[in-house]
Amino acid sequence: MSLSARALSLGFGHRTVVKHLAVDIAPGQCWAVLGNNGSGKTTFLHTLGGIRRPLAGSVVLGDCALSGLDAGARARSIGLLLQEEPLEFWGSVLEYVCLGRYPHRRARLRPAPEDEAIARAHLERLELSALAERALASLSGGERQRARLALVLTQQPVYYLLDEPLQHLDLRHQARVLEHFAVLAAGARAAVVMVLHDPRLAQRYCDHALLLYDGQAPLAGTSPEVLTAANLERLYGIPVTL
Amino acid sequence: MFFAGLSAASLVLGLLAGSVPVSLGQLWSTLTGGASGPVHDIVFAIRLPRVASAFACGGLLALAGALLQVLLRNPLADPYVLGISGGAGLGLLGATALGLGYAAAQAAGLAGALVAVFAVFGLSFRGGEWNLYRLLLTGVVFSSGCGALISLLLTLAPEVAIKGMLFWLLGDLSAAVSPGWAWLMLVALALLATLYSGALNVLSLGRNKAASLGVPVLKAELLIYVAACAATVTSVALAGTIGFVGLIVPHVLRLLGVTDYRWLIPGTALAGGAFLTLADTAARTLWAPLQIPVGVLTALLGVPLVLLLLARRP
Repeated sequence: MSLSARALSLGFGHRTVVKHLAVDIAPGQCWAVLGNNGSGKTTFLHTLGGIRRPLAGSVVLGDCALSGLDAGARARSIGLLLQEEPLEFWGSVLEYVCLGRYPHRRARLRPAPEDEAIARAHLERLELSALAERALASLSGGERQRARLALVLTQQPVYYLLDEPLQHLDLRHQARVLEHFAVLAAGARAAVVMVLHDPRLAQRYCDHALLLYDGQAPLAGTSPEVLTAANLERLYGIPVTL
Repeated sequence: MFFAGLSAASLVLGLLAGSVPVSLGQLWSTLTGGASGPVHDIVFAIRLPRVASAFACGGLLALAGALLQVLLRNPLADPYVLGISGGAGLGLLGATALGLGYAAAQAAGLAGALVAVFAVFGLSFRGGEWNLYRLLLTGVVFSSGCGALISLLLTLAPEVAIKGMLFWLLGDLSAAVSPGWAWLMLVALALLATLYSGALNVLSLGRNKAASLGVPVLKAELLIYVAACAATVTSVALAGTIGFVGLIVPHVLRLLGVTDYRWLIPGTALAGGAFLTLADTAARTLWAPLQIPVGVLTALLGVPLVLLLLARRP
């Protein structure tokens, strides 16, 4: 079952930023999305995640158009790490991360013990166990980013769509997060699509890449094919050494 | 459990306190059917309807406040931010100024509240979608317009009518004698919102995150809007515009550490009911035989409580 963008055109306001994008994302793949500011990376991820309508074209999950899928079924398949979230959550880090189980427990009032166990395992993985009972609002930017990653992992979708997963993270946590998602994709039961700004990290951790050129035809394929100095120089408008 | 105990205590205190003191023993025998006479009449004909009305209105306002704070993602949201109190006040005071009777004025107040609900909704919801900032701004602007017209009515109204108008504007439970409908609404909405609390928790993360976690966001927001409006309109129709309860009670619970909507919703309904019952008991007994508007007491009790909790928060 793949997640496919078919003849997708994306934009905001009256501006079209991505035209005629076609890409098939299958479990086992790890994709990097690169592009300049305002080139449509976030818009692409939101559309692929089903929370934004495209200007034209469609997103298909397996055989079903994403727009026709029940919101719960969609959330069990696709997890989305947003670039920004409001800071109004009053609860603890554990309560926050447990919300990742919502698509799996909609009929029940309280999370089941196994839901909490899943959340705690991901908090442990992201070195947040000691902060589990702390208020989310009291965390630093980097700690909060790790909590947000833990929530998406707790959601246990097939497709992980990560908008700038490395923001606010120190170097060690950047490496650990990238390694974890690369391993997750290599296990062939999940696919990862992440917006990155460093082509070298994309080259190292992702086997596929999508380059979004402002308003021009995007380029998608395997990393060795796409992440070349020439393509990246055309993307960023500066000399790039890989 | 704490809030259930507080609610029971507030109801009992409200039944005991008044110009004619009633002992616990008298109250018990009256409620269990073992007493008659003046105490029976005072409890059943005067105090019980008022105490029950206060509890229902407090619970509904607090519940509406908690729901609107999620809907509008704004901690300053209260039940009146969407213009309901303004519409109700304009309707009721307009009818009073025209010399209509009490029942007609109450009906005009209810009509004004409903007009506000539909007008604000109609101006904010377009093409199957709404912008929550537009909803909030429309409500605030609508409220301001109604406030200006209410000030004009108060300026032009005959002097004898002004005190009654002011009491209603500040909240008045003295004429609230039929709280049955409000109780039904309180129980139904509190149950519904508690069953929906998982979605409320997720919605507090914002629209996009909630959508990505499988909440049908627009449907959920419309349900919250309808529930909050129903709660506010019911309370306003029963007791006028009692301020402060809907704003502070959800915050007091959060500051006390109740942040999960599974507990926050029932806790807010109970704490709001208890708070208004205690405030109304104080309003009618502290300066007896003079009764002060309960809305004044809710502010006088609520402001120091919230400031104290905020000061103690790290």
